Amino acid sequence: MRLEARAHITSADVLRAGGLALLAVMATAAALVAAAGAPVAQTFSLMASGAFGSVFALSETFTRAIPLMLTGLAATVAFKARLFNIGAEGQLYAGAIAAVAVGGGAIDAPAPLLFALMLLAAALAGACLLLGPALMKLLWGVDEVVSTLLLNFIVLLGVGALLDGPMKDATAMGWPQSVALLGDLELSKLVAQTRVHTGLLWSTGAAVALWVLLRFTTLGFDIRALGANSRAAAFAGVPVTRTMVMVALLSGGLAGLAGAIEVAGRTSYVTLDMSPGYGYTGIVIAMLAALHPLAVVGASVLVAGVLVGADSMSRSIGVPSYLADVVVASALLAVLTASMLTRYRLRFDRVGRT
Amino acid sequence: MQGITRRFGDLVANDDISLALHAGEVLALLGENGAGKSTLMSILFGHYVADAGTIEVFGRPLPPGDTRAALAAGVGMVHQHFTLADNLTVLDNVMLGTEGLGRLVTRKAAALARLREVAQGSGLAVDPLARVANLSVGERQRVEILKALYRGARVLVLDEPTAVLTPQESQSLFATLRQLVRQGMAVIFISHKLDEVMDISRRVLVLRGGRVVAESATADTNKAELARWMVGQSVIGLQREAGRVNDATARPRLSVQGLDADGGRVHLKNVALDIGAGEILGIAGVSGNGQGLLAQVLSGVSEPTRGTIQIDGVALGGHVPSVVARGVARVPEDRQAVGVVGDLPIWENLCAEALHTPTLSRLGWVRRAAAQAYARQVLQAFDVRGATLERRTRALSGGNMQKLILGRVLQRADGTAPRVIVAHQPTWGLDIGAVNFVHGRLRAARDAGAAVLLISDDLDEIELLADRIAVMSHGRLGPARAAEAWTREQLGLAMAGELDAHPRSAVGAAS
Repeated sequence: MRLEARAHITSADVLRAGGLALLAVMATAAALVAAAGAPVAQTFSLMASGAFGSVFALSETFTRAIPLMLTGLAATVAFKARLFNIGAEGQLYAGAIAAVAVGGGAIDAPAPLLFALMLLAAALAGACLLLGPALMKLLWGVDEVVSTLLLNFIVLLGVGALLDGPMKDATAMGWPQSVALLGDLELSKLVAQTRVHTGLLWSTGAAVALWVLLRFTTLGFDIRALGANSRAAAFAGVPVTRTMVMVALLSGGLAGLAGAIEVAGRTSYVTLDMSPGYGYTGIVIAMLAALHPLAVVGASVLVAGVLVGADSMSRSIGVPSYLADVVVASALLAVLTASMLTRYRLRFDRVGRT
Repeated sequence: MQGITRRFGDLVANDDISLALHAGEVLALLGENGAGKSTLMSILFGHYVADAGTIEVFGRPLPPGDTRAALAAGVGMVHQHFTLADNLTVLDNVMLGTEGLGRLVTRKAAALARLREVAQGSGLAVDPLARVANLSVGERQRVEILKALYRGARVLVLDEPTAVLTPQESQSLFATLRQLVRQGMAVIFISHKLDEVMDISRRVLVLRGGRVVAESATADTNKAELARWMVGQSVIGLQREAGRVNDATARPRLSVQGLDADGGRVHLKNVALDIGAGEILGIAGVSGNGQGLLAQVLSGVSEPTRGTIQIDGVALGGHVPSVVARGVARVPEDRQAVGVVGDLPIWENLCAEALHTPTLSRLGWVRRAAAQAYARQVLQAFDVRGATLERRTRALSGGNMQKLILGRVLQRADGTAPRVIVAHQPTWGLDIGAVNFVHGRLRAARDAGAAVLLISDDLDEIELLADRIAVMSHGRLGPARAAEAWTREQLGLAMAGELDAHPRSAVGAAS
């Protein structure tokens, strides 16, 4: 058995591969639902209506999609340049803490200025967190997958210490949570009576901005060239170090923004469970979107829909909401397999006895 | 091999090829790159499975797609790029893969005795206990052949074996092959060098476009006929221009003095050269002797540790953008891995070097219309076939990719002419049509006043184009002398490290 590059790839091939991937995901999920003893069709329809079936469902899905979009973009820009940032989770928390530190009442300034400062601080916090691993990679060849991944745990422990120490909200009756953001700084709701907030505009705007950056600027060319072939990029004169540093700042900054937007739009304060792994899910979303910034918008709504829909379905008929994780994970595997099989063909050869 | 056919998508790489090889003969397999030689040999060796056709070795059918069966049947292959482990000894390399995994003890003593026996029988002298890392290229190739013999090969396939050898080393390889053939070995000799084919083979099989276009006893044919078969028409390469006079070194356009550089495995030591405007200096040498590092330093990719580089008397700065801005046209050795970013569109690769200059961008924004207009002009002027602006560069053939790179560096976006050209193996792996195109463009650029540094492993190319020739060996560059002043033997000696072996000196010496 071996892989062989296909000479021609038509768009029909791509569509067919996508369809097969979708079928594979549905089949996996259906098998699990059946194993749990629940009616398969009803489970799926409950998931779909729980995610997209009403204004409320849609608002919850979009609320969930906002941080996913930003961490998805963070992974997209980093992976484009082959800087494998697995640390978006920690960068998100760093951004959230920085947002509360600036906007929690410690600084007295007009609200618009303070809001801008808050976003800037969050982006900087995330950016600085990735800058270290990026420099270690450039200077000493330290594997950024390891360093960014491990930094997540360090940051979480650090945030825990802050929430139980200097940043602890004295009025929270002993719960480890930060002081709340000033009311003036909170994002307004997009739709009344729901939780979906204007962070959706910020995150979609970030996706468009990143798309423009990658497609129309010299820095965008540098990033794509560096990721596609670093030797050729360096030969053509792409400033490797500077580009890598810019990528680290952009990626870390986007993840940091995700933290600030979550605090300003949804939670108001920082807790240790404010992110159920948004940083990691962002990687999945970036891969599902094939590292295309605009596709990240769609992919994050889709993944958010699966997560929200599964929660809702679970409340109705008791199939564990972990099903959502299975669906997201198998979707990633199926899409990666499908994209590989559109580029390569599996050949089964008669192999002689050995 | 009978009726071998193999398709890759729409491409028929091998079309109904039949090949018979007899014990005790050398069969030359001749053809351009892409003619199907490598595919055919990969099928013989079991790397690929043929869509149709059968293989028999000594009368017994060979199961398709089974490398082990091919080995067991006595087929041995020596690849152009060696497959040896540098950190192991010759003996270890030869034994690799010959013992089962389940065995707890290796039979080193027995293997050593057998290896000595094989080496003696074939006249391949190599110290079995030497580390491969310490061996010369010629010795490594002997190890590769020994490896095949040790496994009992009775059919030996050599893929472009002389590409990495000095002329003297090639002669010694041929002597070995003749001895092996006398002992009944059957040899398939893959090459596109006509002289060698005429020299070593008894029969010739010529492939073109995946088909057998001619089969002949070597004695019944000649070089001109072979070349015609190979290309399918009677175009042979450009002719050497006789009697070019050059007083170029009086005021050198490119001047390198006392250059040292550290490339890890090779070091440049006190390299000096001068090239005048309108002159081609050829650097000959066995690959891996520092030519690549010299090209990198002049291209701004590697930094020298000592020495000066001047263009028209002004020192050349270190980084790529400033090197390009000073008018250095850089053609890298490995066009796929270094020359282009294969996954990016063709127009972006064409603009890559100039994208950060005001011609093609402003305040960080790419001037898309200007950039694409420039790209369109280059594609047309350099006749890059199969190209559209948005197509992935990877999709181009080697020749067209090289035309793209030449276009990028010779027809610059800002409209200036290149002052210095650093061309490293500019025609490696190209067919004759593309080779002629590249040679023509280099000559045209030289005639327009560029100083051309041509680095090549191919002596034919150097002798064809260069006005003066210098030889590089072990990181040192010998004196440059007029091309007519060198003989092949002298070049060979110099390539082997005896840089001062040239008896007549002072013919336009540069250092």
